[in-house]
Amino acid sequence: MPTEPKTHTRVLEAELGTASDELATEVVAVVADFPRTLSAATDRPDIAFKWVARGSGTIVVSVMSLVGIFLLVQGFRAFHVAGPSFITEQSWDPNSGKFGIAAVLTGTVLVALTAIAFAFPLAIGTALYISEYSPLKIKNVLVTIVDLMAAVPSVVYGLWGVFFLSSNILPVSQWIATYLGWIPIFAVSGFDPNDPLATPTVFAASTFIAGIVVALMVAPIASSIMREVFTQAPIGEREGALALGATRWGMIRSVVLPFGRGGIIGGTMLGLGRALGETIAVYLIISPVFVIQPHILEKGANTISALIALRYNEASSFEISALMAAGLTLFLATLVVNFVASTIIARSRSGSQSD
Amino acid sequence: MTTALVKGPPAVEVRRVTSTLRAVDVIRLLGCAGASIGFTAWLFVYALPLEGAIGFIVIAYLLFMILFGLLTAFDENGPTVRDRMVSVVVHSLGFLMLLALFSVVFYTVGRGLAPLGYLNFFTKDMSNAGPLDPLSRGGVLHAVAGTLIMITISLAISVPLGIMTAVFLSEFPGRYAQFVRTIVEAMTALPSIVAGLFIYATIIVFLGFNRSGFAASLAITVMMLPIIIRSADVVLRLVPGNLKEAARALGASTWRTVWTVTLPTARSGLTTAVILGTARGIGETSPVLLTAGATTFLNLNPFSGPMTSLPLTTFTFVKSPELTMIARGFGTAAVLMVLVVLLFALARAIGGRGPGQLSSAQQRARTRQSRDDDYRYRARELGVPLSVARKRVARATHAIAKPAAVVSGALAAAPLAADATATEATAFMKWVRHFATEISSTIRFAITERRRPRAKPAATPRYRRGSADAAEPDNTSEDPGS
Repeated sequence: MPTEPKTHTRVLEAELGTASDELATEVVAVVADFPRTLSAATDRPDIAFKWVARGSGTIVVSVMSLVGIFLLVQGFRAFHVAGPSFITEQSWDPNSGKFGIAAVLTGTVLVALTAIAFAFPLAIGTALYISEYSPLKIKNVLVTIVDLMAAVPSVVYGLWGVFFLSSNILPVSQWIATYLGWIPIFAVSGFDPNDPLATPTVFAASTFIAGIVVALMVAPIASSIMREVFTQAPIGEREGALALGATRWGMIRSVVLPFGRGGIIGGTMLGLGRALGETIAVYLIISPVFVIQPHILEKGANTISALIALRYNEASSFEISALMAAGLTLFLATLVVNFVASTIIARSRSGSQSD
Repeated sequence: MTTALVKGPPAVEVRRVTSTLRAVDVIRLLGCAGASIGFTAWLFVYALPLEGAIGFIVIAYLLFMILFGLLTAFDENGPTVRDRMVSVVVHSLGFLMLLALFSVVFYTVGRGLAPLGYLNFFTKDMSNAGPLDPLSRGGVLHAVAGTLIMITISLAISVPLGIMTAVFLSEFPGRYAQFVRTIVEAMTALPSIVAGLFIYATIIVFLGFNRSGFAASLAITVMMLPIIIRSADVVLRLVPGNLKEAARALGASTWRTVWTVTLPTARSGLTTAVILGTARGIGETSPVLLTAGATTFLNLNPFSGPMTSLPLTTFTFVKSPELTMIARGFGTAAVLMVLVVLLFALARAIGGRGPGQLSSAQQRARTRQSRDDDYRYRARELGVPLSVARKRVARATHAIAKPAAVVSGALAAAPLAADATATEATAFMKWVRHFATEISSTIRFAITERRRPRAKPAATPRYRRGSADAAEPDNTSEDPGS
């Protein structure tokens, strides 16, 4: 054996004061296998850099926590006054102590669900078209268009909704109310389909119209997430399905959709999170009411964000607290939806590859 | 049979059509479209009390689907029928989405064209123009200026803070970084109106400041920061680990690695992250609505007096019942959209590729830089000024590039060394000869390899490592400069 272990042996022998040569060699082998303590030799700029990076992370966290804590503290003041009626009360009059989010929360959820009901088929259809059907030449153009639409400001969608959609959608609303009015959610009070003079104004400024506009806003976002996942579906499995005689739809159903399931659910939920928080487009379209409005085709709706935009101005300090409580509820709802979405995306097969 | 086949005249090979679209498909589609439109028209005119363009389209579409399914089922089996029907549905959904998106853009821009024709729309504010004034008075200069000021302040805060935080998340992983990442992820869910409400409640109600452009910038920053951090974090994590490891192996410290390797590699992705965050920030109405306070005056001071932005001005314009104000609102929205599209195009031009993927211009720049480095090393090796080395290498390379003229090139290069000392000339000649050998052996290697793809590679390449190694120490030892 080389000289080095021998010196070690001698040292060990000296230290242990015992043992035969063989045993010591064995001990050396064991000692040599211990992991070294790795310490990066850091110099002063490096330490400074580490602390600057850590510091900016801390600043970000403290700002973000400040938002959360402020919302919580202010909101709890309102919760304390309103008590459990905060959930059940429909009207909003904080100065008399009679306020609750029953109406606005229902409205928010209804607008978001209407939006998703339209956005989901649109988004999945567009994503499938771009990733599976579109000619190669226009694929990149379509991707750019859809991504660009996700960046178009919401006020633009609001304008389109108010001035274009509101007037053009009324016959559709009327048609649905006439023929599907027996379904409770499509019922419209004060509308008689047999009355030839019935005015379609009862259908204006409804949850339905706001939902369609929000759907157009969130569909590009959901669609681009879904498309990204669909294009990652492994080529080998696609070709395998086709080689076994699958049609294009057969291949999509057996390979692309199962692979992209996480992306489909996650993208839809991210869109839902965006739809819950949308303010200006909804604010422009709806005419606010403070009762639970379960009829989505009927005039009058309200959402939490529209409530804040409506009532923040010249509000007393307590009214601000009440709005904060409403904002906190909205934030928590969005938070839950987003976390579930990102967990689903990360857990899915496609998400684990793409990071 | 077989012999006949072999001995017979060779069959003419017809190129097979690989297209998935057959003539019968097209005919079937057109026929179904015609039939469904005709049938719907008959229903609308004679059969049923129906009206309205949207109803016509919906019923025609449903009829088309039924007819198309039936007609395909005559010739094809079940899976094929389903495939064709799904194909039609997917195409129409994609088309519907694009139609809706185009409708949004072109409706807004189309109605916004009227005020955009007036130059004063871009050069004046609304201080002298009332709701009843024609479009030839007043403009949105105050909103454009306000938007630019607000977004500049927001970027000045959020870009350094955001990128530094993203660097922290990717370079110093650990429990704390994971905690920061979770908080940031949570904050991307913060609705923009709640961000506005937070700034309104703290800065304006609690601390008693007036509404100002700065408060609005803060609200936009709170909203933009998580977006920028999240996308920058993703981009930074995509930087190949071997690049960073190479830097560390060369002895670079953490911060030198980040500054010279990580950030430059991820530059395009980071730019995209920032620009997309900017596009979001510019377009947000609600935080500005709560914190900036609308104004009709041009105000260039973000710290005092109310300010307005393009989306907020759009919002206030269209709430007015006057038609000219609504037209102004559409004009402002068109300006805003042009701004966003420009930013988006910029993001596409700069980014759109992963870290380390270079455009052809960047590739050329890298090549040039690498060649310059080579000149520098040669100049140091030979102890001559950079320009001389460059000239020599260029000529020599040019001559050697033609394998036939290897020797003559070397001879031709020799007189060029006249201005240098004799030892340098020898060293230079040695280097030229070495270089020539390498080039010619590479070429020979390439030729033989191409001719015999599966040949034993050991026999062909002739790199004279020995002579090259012998030449290098000579250079350094005889170098008068050192």
